[in-house]
Amino acid sequence: MQAIAEKIKAKALELLENGTVNRVLGWEDGEMPYDRTPAVFTKDELAELKYDHFCGANLSKYLIAETKKDGKVLALLKPCDTYSFNQLIKEHRINRDNVYVLGIPCRGKVDVRKLRARGIEGILSIEDDGTTITVHTLYGDETCPREEALLERCLCCKGKEHKAFDEVIADDKPYVEPGHDRFEMVDKLQAMSSEERFAFWQGELSKCIRCNACRNVCPACSCLSCVFDNANSGVSSKANVDPFEEQMFHIVRAYHVAGRCTDCGECSRVCPQGIPLHLLNRKFIKDVDTFYGEYQPGEDTDSRGPLTNFTKGDVEPSIVYGGDK
Amino acid sequence: MQAVTENKTFTPKIVAFCCNWCSYAGADLAGTSRLSYPANVKIIRVPCSCRVNPLFILRAFQRGADGVILCGCHPGDCHYSTGNYYARRRMTLLFSMLDYLGIERERTRVEWVSAAEGNKFAATMNDFVQTITALGENVKLGDLRCKQ
Amino acid sequence: MQKIGVFVCWCGSNIAATVDVKAVAEAVKSEPGVVFATDYQYMCSEGGQARIRDAIKEYGLTGIVVCSCSPRMHEATFRKTAESAGLNPYMVEIANVREQCSWIHRDMPEATEKAIILAKAAIAKLHLNAPLKAGESPVVKRALVIGGGIAGLQTAIDIADAGYEVDIVEKTPTIGGKMAQLDKTFPTLDCAACILTPKMVEAAQHEKIHLYTYSEVESVKGFVGNFTVNIRKKARFVDETKCTGCGVCMTKCPSKKAKSEFNLGLSNRTAIYIPFAQAIPNVPVIDPESCIKMKTDKCGICSMNCAAGAIDYKQEDQIITQQYGAIVAATGFNPISLDKYDEFAYNQSPDVITSLELERLMNAAGPTKGVLLRPSDNEHPKTIVFVQCVGSRDTTDCGKPYCSKICCMYTAKHAMMIREKYPDTDVHVFYIDVRTPGKNFDEFYRRAVEQYGVDYIKGMVGKVVPHDGKLLVQGSDLISNEQVKIDADLVVLAAAIEPDKSARPLATMLTASMDTNDFFTEAHPKLRPVESPTAGVFLSGVCQGPKDIPETVSQAGAAAAKVIGLLAKDRLVSNPCVANSNELLCNGCSTCEKVCPFGAIEYIDKEVNDHGKREVRRIALVNEAVCQGCGACTVACPSGAMDLKGFSNRQIMAEVDAICKL
Repeated sequence: MQAIAEKIKAKALELLENGTVNRVLGWEDGEMPYDRTPAVFTKDELAELKYDHFCGANLSKYLIAETKKDGKVLALLKPCDTYSFNQLIKEHRINRDNVYVLGIPCRGKVDVRKLRARGIEGILSIEDDGTTITVHTLYGDETCPREEALLERCLCCKGKEHKAFDEVIADDKPYVEPGHDRFEMVDKLQAMSSEERFAFWQGELSKCIRCNACRNVCPACSCLSCVFDNANSGVSSKANVDPFEEQMFHIVRAYHVAGRCTDCGECSRVCPQGIPLHLLNRKFIKDVDTFYGEYQPGEDTDSRGPLTNFTKGDVEPSIVYGGDK
Repeated sequence: MQAVTENKTFTPKIVAFCCNWCSYAGADLAGTSRLSYPANVKIIRVPCSCRVNPLFILRAFQRGADGVILCGCHPGDCHYSTGNYYARRRMTLLFSMLDYLGIERERTRVEWVSAAEGNKFAATMNDFVQTITALGENVKLGDLRCKQ
Repeated sequence: MQKIGVFVCWCGSNIAATVDVKAVAEAVKSEPGVVFATDYQYMCSEGGQARIRDAIKEYGLTGIVVCSCSPRMHEATFRKTAESAGLNPYMVEIANVREQCSWIHRDMPEATEKAIILAKAAIAKLHLNAPLKAGESPVVKRALVIGGGIAGLQTAIDIADAGYEVDIVEKTPTIGGKMAQLDKTFPTLDCAACILTPKMVEAAQHEKIHLYTYSEVESVKGFVGNFTVNIRKKARFVDETKCTGCGVCMTKCPSKKAKSEFNLGLSNRTAIYIPFAQAIPNVPVIDPESCIKMKTDKCGICSMNCAAGAIDYKQEDQIITQQYGAIVAATGFNPISLDKYDEFAYNQSPDVITSLELERLMNAAGPTKGVLLRPSDNEHPKTIVFVQCVGSRDTTDCGKPYCSKICCMYTAKHAMMIREKYPDTDVHVFYIDVRTPGKNFDEFYRRAVEQYGVDYIKGMVGKVVPHDGKLLVQGSDLISNEQVKIDADLVVLAAAIEPDKSARPLATMLTASMDTNDFFTEAHPKLRPVESPTAGVFLSGVCQGPKDIPETVSQAGAAAAKVIGLLAKDRLVSNPCVANSNELLCNGCSTCEKVCPFGAIEYIDKEVNDHGKREVRRIALVNEAVCQGCGACTVACPSGAMDLKGFSNRQIMAEVDAICKL
């Protein structure tokens, strides 16, 4: 990983020096040793650029603002980030002329929450040999099977191929990701009774504190002004007053990104309450795949999304509530 | 207050969104033909089924509706040629999501009713009211502040 | 705060017998904003309308709710009433307490309660109404017809006869289209050229018609009444203004090996050519692919021999920009490619031909001068097998799911004509069904069978195998349930027809919708069959769906009538209940554009002032003259920037709230 980070820095420096770009969008140290925060670097600040197992943050969304500025920005995009990038290109939110995409390799990012749940505290850094994660902590080294430390989205990795780039830094020894079925939990929920599902979601969604972290991090939730902030929308509200509102917020949020969500998993990653929000998105994804054929948003920049498309023989809504009488 | 409603037979509140060109006219035909359906069905006229935002449906539930039904032209017959095709996808996904959240899946419905189908309109409404009455009050999605 | 008047109609006893109209009027008086409420026997009568007008003036009403019959019945009436009293007609809401209340309920308290709720919902909505003004736009009195086949010609002639200017854009060097290639026409067997060429001449000589042959539509902007179209006039390399049509250039041209498009490759033509003798305009075209001068710069014989000095090897494409009020698509069809039908050996044997190729072989002006000779050895074929439905009604990927409609009849025609001219020829026709629903069609088909002894075999051909200069046709006879083998000299395939390839890009330019087979979609399949859902775009001929010549001509006339109806207006008044985008909320994401069936949404870069922050943003702009107000965009919009006038988010939610309130 160290070697990759150095390669990225060297490439960034080269592009800065030859004038291709005038700044770099990457990650810097956050408040804790295991926090990595998106940041923009000039040539002089490049030493602060970090790339390691903690750099889960998807940088695509930041390009909406960055590409409005003068000059070209270098964006470091992991393979899965490029889906969000393409989706934003499709929606005309990113000015493609003002960004130089460096596709960078990814060997899976760790979920610090999972490590801490194992009782690992004082996390400083990570080493990963492809099967086991070694965590260097203030209190000595701890180990953990890789599969139990990775972020949910990495367990269901979409692949190591960049869907958009100007240049790619190839991985000399890419890890094989566990390849979990991303719909496993959706299927499990679907198999439950309606009452059990209601209880599950009631339990999860009632934890919501309406901090809007999910909304703010989501590359698809990038409206200039959100319906929840718009008095004319009929759903505007700043805080949850009763159980319905967090349901309303999350249903509407998931619905608004349906067919556009690339399943980047940022919503769940940043939720301070640990609500599995990706399960809402994945339900829509699964339904779209089942009803209308497989569709991966961000795979390209010009296809029609499932909600802006139709076929005459589409399934009827009665498929949900019971067959035609 | 609670006790009173329990003693009375439950009369659900039903909101029916009808497109102007087919289903609203179908409802008119039901009227012209004197085909009755329960008075607790209230119709909201929209230009096309594709005008119905999922927000409207959630709002209705929030404000105390017990069932919401959307009626539009049959697929292929949309006055605007493609509106109901989009409505069909939107509603399929919305209903599926509500079901996934544990909301009773029978509370929402889509029916295609043409201007000539007064019979179907009345029959649909009778059936829907029956279903919702059997299902009981919408407690899962209601906003308590909006209840009496 | 609005000042609202509520008018409860009795409709004689239609409403009043089941709804306590006085109680309704009384109940709504306490609603916010309601300053006046009354009831009357017949609100739509002159007396009722007078009451509304008086109340508007007396109470200074800003909006009215009429509790009456369906808005589909009298909304327009009450809007006019309001307007005549100085109120904006869109400040009127109707509560439908007849069709959707009094007529379906029997219990008076129940019906009354519902009527009150409906009235309250209408009041709640009306609070959020805003005066709307219908937009107006001028109409350019000129029509564009795209395609110069029989459909386009007929449409153009009919429009021109009504006194309007018409331009025809035809992509090939001549007008005439597919019909010019046909020999005889069913069921009357009159010669296609005899009835078509006078139409071609009529169009060419019409003072209101202008022909752009060898031209294509390059771009379309604008909307109904005012389209701006760029037409690319491809270089002919012959100056039309100088050419006299003497034809010397063609006789002298040394390059004679190019395949004739008009004869479907069954004969050759020169590099400088006219497609056929009656072509209009009678001005040759140089095909740069086969012209020796253009390829090697050594030749120039045509130029040397042209007395008029019309040859211009340096001619370039020209772009012509023109305004139109209406556009007619008449792009026609082609037989499908048979590359995927190896079983019929079309690509292996020259003696397996399509029906259109047979038309050329039977035509007196065709490559064989009308003598039926098979292409391989120029011998008279003695046994001919026709195969119907080649690619039609085919649900595999190879063909088309639809019926091409014309094949049954032209095959009967071919079979009959061959038997008439060459009685010693055996003619077999393999068919799935014979479909003859047209005037004198079934009689025609029966004549082929009964009078001319054509052998119709119900069943499909499985395979055609060329061997020893013959074609072994293997098929099945479903009636006798037997395998059939026929040694044929010529096999004729009734290839399915498909829309011309130029139709799809044209539809995109016109923002006109198409079905999955690339046929243009009509605005309504029964009631508006010659109009596209895109206002100002009309459909003529096979581009809308398979049809024969009489049907094409009638549809062409119908499209012309619609165009004339449009061009006869000086100004178009549009429905003011259209979408509009709040520029401060719009992300410019192009989602709304994708679901708009009318192409009414475009995107512009505009400087906006977002609470003091000035920036240039890509934002959606609705063309109010084109928008029909369906609202598809309003739901597609993730940010809620797009809303619909007259049916806004807030208005609909106000109704929802009023209904759900206990």
